[in-house]
Amino acid sequence: MTEEKPKEAPKKLEATDASEHPWVRAIRASLPDTVLSAKEFAGQVTVTVAREAIARVARHLKEAEDFKYCVDVTAVDWKTRQPRFDVVYHFYSFSKNGRIRIKCPAGEGEEVPSIATIFLAANWCERETWDMFGIRFSGHPDLRRILTWEGFEGHPLRKDFPLEGITTGAAVYPEEWPEGGGPAASDPNRKAVS
Amino acid sequence: MTDTPRLTQAEKDEAEYFARRATESGVPRPAAGSPEEPKTLFDVQEMELNFGPQHPSTHGVLRLVLKVDGERIVEAKPDIGYLHRGTEKLFETETYPMGIPHTDRLDYIAAATNNHAFCLTVEKLLDLEIPRRAQLIRVILDELQRLSSHLVWLGTSGIDLGAVTPFWYAFREREQILDFFEEYCGARLTLNCMRIGGLPFDLPAGWTERLSELVDDLPARIDDYEQLLTENRIWKNRTVGVGVISGEECIAWGLTGPILRGSGVEWDLRRAQPYECYEELDFAIPTRQGGDTYDRYIVRVQEMRQSVRILAQCLAKLEAGEIRGKVPRVIKPPAEEIYASIEAPKGELGFYCVSNGSNRPYRMHCRPPSFINLQVLPRLAKGHFVSDLVALIGTVDIVLGEVDR
Repeated sequence: MTEEKPKEAPKKLEATDASEHPWVRAIRASLPDTVLSAKEFAGQVTVTVAREAIARVARHLKEAEDFKYCVDVTAVDWKTRQPRFDVVYHFYSFSKNGRIRIKCPAGEGEEVPSIATIFLAANWCERETWDMFGIRFSGHPDLRRILTWEGFEGHPLRKDFPLEGITTGAAVYPEEWPEGGGPAASDPNRKAVS
Repeated sequence: MTDTPRLTQAEKDEAEYFARRATESGVPRPAAGSPEEPKTLFDVQEMELNFGPQHPSTHGVLRLVLKVDGERIVEAKPDIGYLHRGTEKLFETETYPMGIPHTDRLDYIAAATNNHAFCLTVEKLLDLEIPRRAQLIRVILDELQRLSSHLVWLGTSGIDLGAVTPFWYAFREREQILDFFEEYCGARLTLNCMRIGGLPFDLPAGWTERLSELVDDLPARIDDYEQLLTENRIWKNRTVGVGVISGEECIAWGLTGPILRGSGVEWDLRRAQPYECYEELDFAIPTRQGGDTYDRYIVRVQEMRQSVRILAQCLAKLEAGEIRGKVPRVIKPPAEEIYASIEAPKGELGFYCVSNGSNRPYRMHCRPPSFINLQVLPRLAKGHFVSDLVALIGTVDIVLGEVDR
């Protein structure tokens, strides 16, 4: 497979503007003023849309563009950027055999419209995103924590959440095995962790 | 004295309860005297039943809160997270190559495919080329892993339904496959058997010859499993018509892997978006139309046969060559984002990586098939008996390490 390709000078992969991509144009045409930017990298199209429009874009992709399979919903914490988070959606179309990535920026405390009623698969993914990043999804049927427990404070995948964990009150022998987990208190590497 | 029947307080309560339940669950109470009317003693009350996390059939630490009406499941609520270890957080704190051993612990009975998906993601980000020999060995490891994962599934889901015999046969072959992994990389479960840009080691001497012998043997051994189960009356009673789901619904729920193919959707990432050298390999995508537990069983067994075919082809194509491409000493991908996925034994396993140009991923997210597939369990379980739930947990084929990460 690799040998068949003619040898050419190694070129660095670079992101290109994808506003003229047919999928992006289709979103633009039917939902004007929702697309903020679009880029293509390694054959993958990323479209950034306004936070308020995400449910409309998802519905459009499902019904008009045949992206029926919601692969994944997650988020990225940019810590110092404003708005702080990107909520990232991946959709797949069986007829096009292609994926599209939709991103929407969301500030701290801002609610993102839920797509769980449009794509059943997004239900747990949005719960996980709420649990891990503290991004609330408005209109979600059952937005509870999923990987941690109800009553856990903090959102572990935020960049300001300490790696060694936090005091949760769940430790059995806190003198030796500190609350929040991590190496034992007597372990010389303990300090080096965070 | 009036003609209208006077109801006792208990009868009033019961009527009120069933009226409420009919509106809540959408299932109307069958008319009194009709053949559908439940006759069970416990029909008069719903109760909550805690299932797991220490239940042998939950394959780990899955907890389900069931609402049961006698033996019937009205509602099942999965409660997960008991095995959450913050793997995605760990990825962010370590360099790219250091992330590979963590992926072993996601789906711990299919570590090779996890390694593969992780490496593929980073390679795509770096735009690396993988030497042909490395591609073939990767496919061999993947298919061996698919076989061993399906064998574990076959053995354990058989045992869950009372069929103890297939377990011994399935684990006999799985042991042999694990021996091959051990010989290759020294580990049997947490393999850590791939590297970004290729493989850590070349194959040991005599490995391919011994594997060829096993590959020749396997079709007859898969016949053995089928002889034990495929036409087995008890097995069919427990699986046919249990947990039926249509292809459309599968797509709506985001289900992938054997569940999707068992419902008649012929979709496999190895064919739809080929990676490594799957494009040139000849294999079929087994599908069934029924979408029940039995069909998913058939699909998995057929997949094992296809894996054996792929192994034989790869072994024939194997020739001497490099096992590692040109990889920079320090892996610093461009500040971009990428999603890459492979067909793991349980479905689509993908990694979404965001790089900020440093030697550590800024964000590495795993799209685990088990987590997404488990979502559908309440939908499958509704209306079935509690004992069918065990069959359904088996048929979804989850590994809690991957669900909770």
